[in-house]
Formats: sequence, structure tokens, C-alpha cells
Amino acid sequence: MMEKREQTKMEVTPRGGFIVVVDYGMGNLRSVENALSKLGYLVVVSRSPQLIKKAHGVILPGVGSFRDCMENLKKHHLLFPLREFIRTGRPFLGICLGMQVLFTESEEFGKSGGMNLIKGKVRQFSQNEQMKIPHMGWNTVQIKKKSPILRDLQEGTYFYFVHSFYCIPDNQEVITTTTDYGVEFASSIWKDNILACQFHPEKSQEVGLRVLRQFTQLCEKC
Amino acid sequence: MLARRIIPCLDVMNGRVVKGVNFVNLQDAGNPVENARVYQEEGADELVFLDITASPEKREIMIEVVEKTARKVFMPLTVGGGVRNLGDIRGLLKAGADKVSINTAVVKDSSLIQRASRRFGKQCIVVAIDAKRVDDPPNLSWEVYIYGGRTPTGIDALVWAERVEDLGAGEILLTSMDRDGTEAGYDIELTEAVSHLTGIPLIASGGAGTLRHLYDVFQYGKADAALAASIFHYRKYSIIQAKEYLRKKGIVVRL
Repeated sequence: MMEKREQTKMEVTPRGGFIVVVDYGMGNLRSVENALSKLGYLVVVSRSPQLIKKAHGVILPGVGSFRDCMENLKKHHLLFPLREFIRTGRPFLGICLGMQVLFTESEEFGKSGGMNLIKGKVRQFSQNEQMKIPHMGWNTVQIKKKSPILRDLQEGTYFYFVHSFYCIPDNQEVITTTTDYGVEFASSIWKDNILACQFHPEKSQEVGLRVLRQFTQLCEKC
Repeated sequence: MLARRIIPCLDVMNGRVVKGVNFVNLQDAGNPVENARVYQEEGADELVFLDITASPEKREIMIEVVEKTARKVFMPLTVGGGVRNLGDIRGLLKAGADKVSINTAVVKDSSLIQRASRRFGKQCIVVAIDAKRVDDPPNLSWEVYIYGGRTPTGIDALVWAERVEDLGAGEILLTSMDRDGTEAGYDIELTEAVSHLTGIPLIASGGAGTLRHLYDVFQYGKADAALAASIFHYRKYSIIQAKEYLRKKGIVVRL
């Protein structure tokens, strides 16, 4: 099936399993693509609803502002295809801002509505002399619950973070790890086929690649 | 707890790594991608490429270096040197840089900080400040220099640091020109002053010669990250050695 050039680098839908990294103009997609390619998985950076529909897994990356992110998802008509994809039960991974927009609303700029796939809100860290904002650098995670992409995770593993807002799920049961930055926040969550992490696995060297490898293994089963 | 970061810096000219001493006397020292890979294996927390290529037409080489590095290295990569406008920033981010560091261009037009952080997110906009002590005792102050340390601006470095935070910088890369290349230790007073005044992460740079210098800049300079070039580049210490030393002294590092 032919796709428009501006929609995707690939003109033909790949046979077999592939992962779509959603390209909606927010942040460094190249590193997610590079990491998955290094793991030997077929990855397509695209905003094509047709490709999202056929994907074995979808990754929503992103850094920057919550409202811009939601506006871009709307502008590129991606909200419905993403919801439909998630409804199929195939693996979905949100990274950083891609985790935050899954929530009901953010306190950024007054209030901004999110995708409401996970009930809860997104709040800003409070700045003080000890706590610089953004929360930038390597921080540890404490395990609350094993998830399919954090199966062999050691307590206290370091991941790379860069963000000024954090997620507060209404239901604590979805939290798989927490991280401490003045406040103990949900650094990764898991609900059904929705996986999400506040840290950047694609920037977290070996431990991060292991997370992405486990995600590709989930996708292979679909 | 958030770990203090150790960031090796590679000076790159025409696609090759060089190391400057007091901004002159450059020696050739290798392939940037290979250097980056070695630093990743040693557990560097981030990497900085400083492009010191003189001619603008050769800047495309840096884009290639960033692309190649981003395919091999999975840690945050900051690129600086000669970044003039939104187009330059976009080019580097698209090639795989996570952050872009800007110095001269934002001093000449500070609105670039605001425009860049709105467009690309503040987390990827690093403002580099080259500061030199003003010889006027007893009043301790520092002046901002641009064009690779060649041109004084008359701007007070502490005032400028507060201003770049207000304009939307996500991080400050602070270089002491008095200490850069001397291996006599970071300028602790300068680092502490900027860290105290601003609420965004601070990378201290210039003067690292021993592991004790790294400890001092974290403990007394209150830096969030320490940048160093020659002590790692010429294998005086490995990054692992540095982190083991810091951990023993009670500094939280990722090992």
C-alpha cells in the first residue's frame, strides 16, 4: 500500500512486525529510532494512521510542552488512530511527554486536557535551591510492581530523566516504579497494554536498551 | 536521588577531535564517534561536542558527526559551537543531538533563547557562558566573553545568568576562562554564585586537573554537573576512577 512521502519515509508497508514511532513534531525521535534499529527491530517513524493501524507496537515519544503536544496530536489527526490502536490490545509505549499526555489533565498553563487513558493529573515540580528544574540527569527507580518491560529490573537502577512535570495517577495500582525528586513520583506505569515511562530508555545506555528490547519482544508476540 | 553528572567534552574541528589549551595550541587526537563510544563504556553521564570549526561551509561535517554518534551512543548528547539561529538548532536536534549549547548568538540577540525554548522545549536549550574575573578588588565579579573567549562584552556574568534563566534557558554551561586549560581547579566562587542565583541545572567547566577538583566543584561550587576534557582525554583518570573517588567522598554518582 502506498503512503504519501510527507507522511512517512517508507513508501511500502513493511511485511511482518514493525513498530511505529509516532512523528508529530515533538522532540528527538532519532534516538528512539536509532535504539530500536540497533536492537534489530524494524521501526518506522511516521504519522500515518494506516501504518499505526497495522503496527505491532506503537511508541509515543516526546519532550516539551503538554499543550503543544496535544495540539500537535490533534492537528495531525492522531488522537483517534492512537485510541483505536490501544483498543486492539497491542503494546503501546509512552515516553516522557508521551506518558504525560495519556493522563486526564495537566496543570501546565492553567489546565490542559489530555487523552484520559489513565485517570489522573500532571503537576509541576516546585523549584527550590536543592531542586533545580527541569529534573535533569540520572536518577534511581524504586520498584512497586514488575511490568512486562521491567521484568529483570534491579532496585535502584539509574535512568536518564529530563522533565519539569510529573504524573499522579488516581489509581496507585498502575504505578510500576517511583522516583524521588523532592516528591516521590510515578516514574513508570502499566495498565493493560499501555506501558509508559517518565525516563528516557533511549538515552539510558544499556539499562534503557534492555527496556526497549523487552518492549520489542512484547510486539513480536502480537 | 539525582546523581551529579560527569560530562566529558570533546572539541571537534573539521570532524576530528582536538583538545585546546587556553583556546590555542590545538593537537589532533582522534575520531569523535570512537571517543564517544569509549566514554559511554566508561559510564559518562552525558557527552558534549564543541564544534570549533572555523569556516561556516565546513559545518555540515558536524551534522554528520552527530548523526554517526547518535547511532552508536545512547546517552544525552549536547552540541555547541557556532550555533547562530533556529535553523542551526533544528539541524543539530534533527541529526540526533539532545541539547544545543549557544553562547555568542544569544548575547548578541537574547530573544533567541526565548524563541528557541518555545519552539524546541527549554530542556534542549543550554546557554553557555564564558566568564572571566574582573580585576577590581575588593569587588568580586566576572565578565561575559564571546567569540570563543576573544571578545569582552561588558556584561556581568551573574546578571546574565539570571537573565538567561528568565528567558527560558533549560541549563547553563558555565566556563571559567581564567581556569580553562590550566588544570588548577574550577572557579568555585563563580560556580557557587551562579548556582545560588539560578534554579536551572548548572554544568561547571574549566580547570579540572585532579579528582579533588571534581569533588570541590560539587561540594562547594554546588554544580549539578562537571565538564572536563583533558583529564579524561589524555587518560590521566578514567571516568570510573573519578566516580569511585567521588562516591567514597559522599557525592551521589551513578556507578
